Amino acid sequence: MSSRQAILDRIKENKPAAPAPWVKPPFQVPLPQDRLALFQHSIGAAGSVGVLVPDLVSVGIYLQERFMSPDRVVNTVAGVGFGRDVSTAILEKEALAQVEVAVVAGVLGVAENGAVWVTEEQVPVRVLPFLCEHLVLVVRQQDLVGTMQEAYANIKVDATGYGTFIAGPSRTADIEQSLVIGAHGPKRMHVFIIQSEL
Amino acid sequence: MDKLTPKTIPVPDHPAAAAAFQADAERANWHDQALWFIREKRDVASKQTPDWELLRETASQIKEHVLAHLDELLIQFEEKARENGIQVHWAADGEEHNQIVLGILRQHGIRKLVKSKSMLTEECHLNDFLAAQGVEVVDTDLGERIVQLAQEPPSHIVLPSIHKRKEEVGELFHQHLGTEKGASDPAYLTEAARQHLREKFLSSDLAITGVNFAIAETGGLVVCTNEGNADLGVHLAKVHIACMGLEKIIPKAEDLGVFLRLLARSATGQPITTYSSHFHKPAPGQEMHLVLVDNGRSTHLGKKDFYKALKCIRCGACINTCPVYRRSGGHSYHHTISGPIGAILAPNLDRQKNADLPFASTLCGSCTHVCPVKIDIHNQLYLWRQVLAQDGQVPKAKAVSMQAMATVLANPKVYRLAGRSGRFMLRWLPGVAQNKRLNAWARQRDMPSPPKESFRDWYLKNRKTK
Ligand code: SF4
Repeated sequence: MSSRQAILDRIKENKPAAPAPWVKPPFQVPLPQDRLALFQHSIGAAGSVGVLVPDLVSVGIYLQERFMSPDRVVNTVAGVGFGRDVSTAILEKEALAQVEVAVVAGVLGVAENGAVWVTEEQVPVRVLPFLCEHLVLVVRQQDLVGTMQEAYANIKVDATGYGTFIAGPSRTADIEQSLVIGAHGPKRMHVFIIQSEL
Repeated sequence: MDKLTPKTIPVPDHPAAAAAFQADAERANWHDQALWFIREKRDVASKQTPDWELLRETASQIKEHVLAHLDELLIQFEEKARENGIQVHWAADGEEHNQIVLGILRQHGIRKLVKSKSMLTEECHLNDFLAAQGVEVVDTDLGERIVQLAQEPPSHIVLPSIHKRKEEVGELFHQHLGTEKGASDPAYLTEAARQHLREKFLSSDLAITGVNFAIAETGGLVVCTNEGNADLGVHLAKVHIACMGLEKIIPKAEDLGVFLRLLARSATGQPITTYSSHFHKPAPGQEMHLVLVDNGRSTHLGKKDFYKALKCIRCGACINTCPVYRRSGGHSYHHTISGPIGAILAPNLDRQKNADLPFASTLCGSCTHVCPVKIDIHNQLYLWRQVLAQDGQVPKAKAVSMQAMATVLANPKVYRLAGRSGRFMLRWLPGVAQNKRLNAWARQRDMPSPPKESFRDWYLKNRKTK
């Protein structure tokens, strides 16, 4: 505790005078009717495949066509209807490391950068979206916002113990600035947008 | 006070280290180009973002507010974090930080850990300290792993191995990870690192991360990565230790809307990092610690001309754009944080050891221009030169010209006259103005061809003749 008090005392003594109050100005936002197109552009630019579908069942059908066996798919979204349901056996570290595809619901999508907000409420364990080879996120069109500022106005970051914005498959450019998709997390990503009337 | 007589205090020599870097011209050019490429991506991203300047101003204002209320915000943050189940520790310096981390390791009997990028732990020399205690530390960010295997410090805060050619990485991986001899394809090498580190993630019980932002209002912290290494490490471990400098506090979650729009665009030109993870509570069965580190920051806060450097969000934009950094490499700065921001932070910690760094700049102002939180970087570089000159801690060759400079800048009339004679000298006696023995930077730089008239000369003449 002694360092704590010494640090706080020193800050109190040294800190600069408070600046004049600053009123945050209004920021431009994309029009609601432009969100979908912008979001689709952004997820493509981040290296994901975006797919617009009418309903959840269509997600399952799409996956079934590409991943014949449901054994390789862990599904956490009710209504998709394809893949294995989460069981305790899958949640062992070693079994999780073998998961190829994970299907996870997103709470909200951000048009300007393609990021999708996922919290621990949507996943059985926090590590799932990071340990799978291929991440499938599902977000409703009506849950798209324009900018990050709009995103924070619509979520409560401490509603759960953990939440993350995911914007594409993992990537690195640490070797000579060559972009490589698939660093430590997923190597591939799909984002399904469930169409809705605006 | 005898301000202008330089004492002979030996200082490390950035120009000499830069000259050594320049000796390999091919590599130096490549390095320059690689960083300029990133700077250009940042330009494109910023131009595509409406209200960019408004975002910078807002971010700057938020950070000014933070520094003026730092003690209150830290107390608020600590209280909230504790309510969330995070154990909060305070460290006065790097040594205390390292001891706290070691204490947690010992308490759990853990002897190996994974660590994602944290410049703070670099600043505290945590890796060396833990290695001496027999603890295995594995850096999991690819760039950091590369420099760790090479037994070098990072040369850039965002791109730790930007100075390494792919052939060098290939050789390192051949030796340490058993990749094919001579293989240098980045995709192949990245896959090898992925497999090598996957095993480390799965077998580590403790993960250390840095912190990009800590939210006072909610007691949570945000970590941004592209590789997903911070999350993989933390979620597979029993214990998470996050280490942060005091200045990383922001008041509210909504402020993240501003900072996350700026951070990755400024850093690499991406609209956002792949992962922006918000940790508020440990996962069930997990333990979470946060170490708040001062290490000179609370003293720095009291320096009127320099405290604004504490607004830094470590995006690296000022480094990528700096003509001196691009041509001298991060290691020439002999400080954990290189480039313009490193050059204004370092003298706060050790003025004598880092006295050369504020001179590693052309004062072109490009750093200030790109900084997302509007730190007056080049102005601080200039002010540091004055402080160091008063201390007598000026590299000798610089001191001679600074003696004249100090007089010149103190008096606008003399300044204008000097400007005229300077232009005259450059046009007619370029050899003198470009005396490479006296001016180390001129060795690698061609001086610009001077305008025949300054704007002021031209203006006065034209006004008279009107
Ligand atoms: S000083 Fe500004 S530009 Fe440089 S790293 Fe810090 S925030 Fe980025």
